[in-house]
Amino acid sequence: MRSCSHQTLETRMRPILMKGHERPLTFLRYNRDGDLLFSCAKDHTPTLWLAHNGERLGTYRGHNGAVWCCDVSRDSSRLVTGSADQTAKLWDVKSGKQLFTFNFGSSARSVDFAVGDHLAVITTDNFMDRMAAIHVKRIAEDPEDQVSDSVLVLQCPDGKKRINRAVWGPLNQTIVSAGEDTVIRIWDTETGKLLNETNEEVGHKKAITSLCKAADDSHFLTGSHDKTAKLWDMRTLTLIKTYTTGVPVNAVAMSPLLNHVVLGGGQDASAVTTTDHRAGKFEAKFYDKILQEEIGGVKGHFGPINALAFNPDGKSFSSGGEDGYVRLHHFDSDYFNIKI
Amino acid sequence: MAIDSMQKTNKLRWGEIDEEEGDFDFLLPPKQMIGPDQNGVKKVIEYKFNDEGKKVKITTTTRVQKRALTKQAVERRSWNKFGDAANEEAGSYLTMRSTEDIILERIRALGSNAEQSTVSGDSMSQLGKPGAVLMVCRLCHKKGDHWTSKCPQKDLLSLMDEPLTAETSTTSIAGTGTGKAAYVLPSMRDGADRKAAGSDMRSRNDENSVRVTNLSEDTRGPDLMELFRPFGAVNRCHVAIDQKTSMSRGFGFVSFVSREDAQRAINTLNGYGYDNLILRAEWATPKPN
Repeated sequence: MRSCSHQTLETRMRPILMKGHERPLTFLRYNRDGDLLFSCAKDHTPTLWLAHNGERLGTYRGHNGAVWCCDVSRDSSRLVTGSADQTAKLWDVKSGKQLFTFNFGSSARSVDFAVGDHLAVITTDNFMDRMAAIHVKRIAEDPEDQVSDSVLVLQCPDGKKRINRAVWGPLNQTIVSAGEDTVIRIWDTETGKLLNETNEEVGHKKAITSLCKAADDSHFLTGSHDKTAKLWDMRTLTLIKTYTTGVPVNAVAMSPLLNHVVLGGGQDASAVTTTDHRAGKFEAKFYDKILQEEIGGVKGHFGPINALAFNPDGKSFSSGGEDGYVRLHHFDSDYFNIKI
Repeated sequence: MAIDSMQKTNKLRWGEIDEEEGDFDFLLPPKQMIGPDQNGVKKVIEYKFNDEGKKVKITTTTRVQKRALTKQAVERRSWNKFGDAANEEAGSYLTMRSTEDIILERIRALGSNAEQSTVSGDSMSQLGKPGAVLMVCRLCHKKGDHWTSKCPQKDLLSLMDEPLTAETSTTSIAGTGTGKAAYVLPSMRDGADRKAAGSDMRSRNDENSVRVTNLSEDTRGPDLMELFRPFGAVNRCHVAIDQKTSMSRGFGFVSFVSREDAQRAINTLNGYGYDNLILRAEWATPKPN
């Protein structure tokens, strides 16, 4: 007789909340072993946390501006960060010591280690008369030998549009870039030539904010302010799937274990003025990767979600929000039994 | 003498108990251990007396997890803290467990939305696709059997006053022409109570409306319907739902066909215990004379 308005299958989690940053989060990255979590925020100080319990291990002090992105080497010994203070820095993960600083004429927006960790791709913003660019730097084994020269510099047609993310393609043979001009480009690492780019029909309609590679580098996911996320083949740049939400997408992540895609974003402009009595309503939306259907959402953030990352073991994920919080969720057994 | 020895063997002689020790453990329920469930969560429930001598229940929930870690990861566990975390105390308050469970809220599939949608939703569209949606007859409340319009007991209640909202009542006029050949306007049906449509119906509803308050949060329209029906024919019943949380806001309205039925309902149900709350039932509008 009693009419029930809640779905009975529930995946319950008790997230761990980490308030290490005073300013909005910008990026989250797990190390390969899945035991460390790096967080970047607008507060200048990337932070290292233990991934299983959220305990803070340390902070990397040295940047003078918002830190936009980071990457960690496969052996978890080196960290590279890109910041609005116009530098990208190399750090020793364990001690927090600065190893090297790459100086640029503008903000460093995105950083990514190549397979093997001997190269890194760093994108820089446009600034005054400087155009946005993609830089490839060689990373020396011994920090003493590190030089600041770029091995390769790439530029997009419209230098005034930010390149929000640039990552290495399979086996470092290509570089994939995406940004404000909505076009995803694939560049040849050897020659620097543009190999492929998305066309207007299938591509995003607004700025691309985020990019996530699959664990095996065969495909990648992009999130855009056009309220969709798209799944692409990394070699051919064919559009595989599209996921639609009602909000601009700021962060995307793919589960390494199940066929799930997670999108994090802001608030639809039309909903901004409605008062909602529930706080913590910004959610990370889960989609079935193949069916493109929304599975559900994990609420909790008090501000738009700017960063998402899956633990490489697929059993937990974390989200970082405009509210300065990192929320670390461990899935319970029900999550692995979700059926559409 | 026998009493004497009994008292000796009973170690706790009340006169000797030192109040500070508070060794009243025999008064407490025994410790409970709820073994590890599928997620490895173990609960231990203990009872103690706190400083004020009050009985306190302490529930400790622990999850034991086995983790496979690489050698390097194990080594990293023993790293020293650095940077801002070097002063260890400073960091410990930054990390905390959420006090409430967060659910991966599932999107409900089309058609599995239960009574709530059929009461407040657009019944016209549901008539169009009978197979896809859960059919709930508002009159006899049998699910999945038939539509309200096809209810075998429809002549008991005046169908004209179904909980169709103002919008749908106007579309129903347009709808008769379009392919729903079997559908006859409630006001045109046999046995229907023919009065001037529109405003007259509305005012009748309001005059015989009962306001019910202190409803529990998952009460819905059909629940009210079932509760009030024994008193007489019900025109419409509505429960105020918070759109965002989908919970009842605790009050609703029931419109009877006849005033006397409404009066009897108020008399009987005011103060009635329903789903762990005491209901209040009163006239929705100041009682007109």
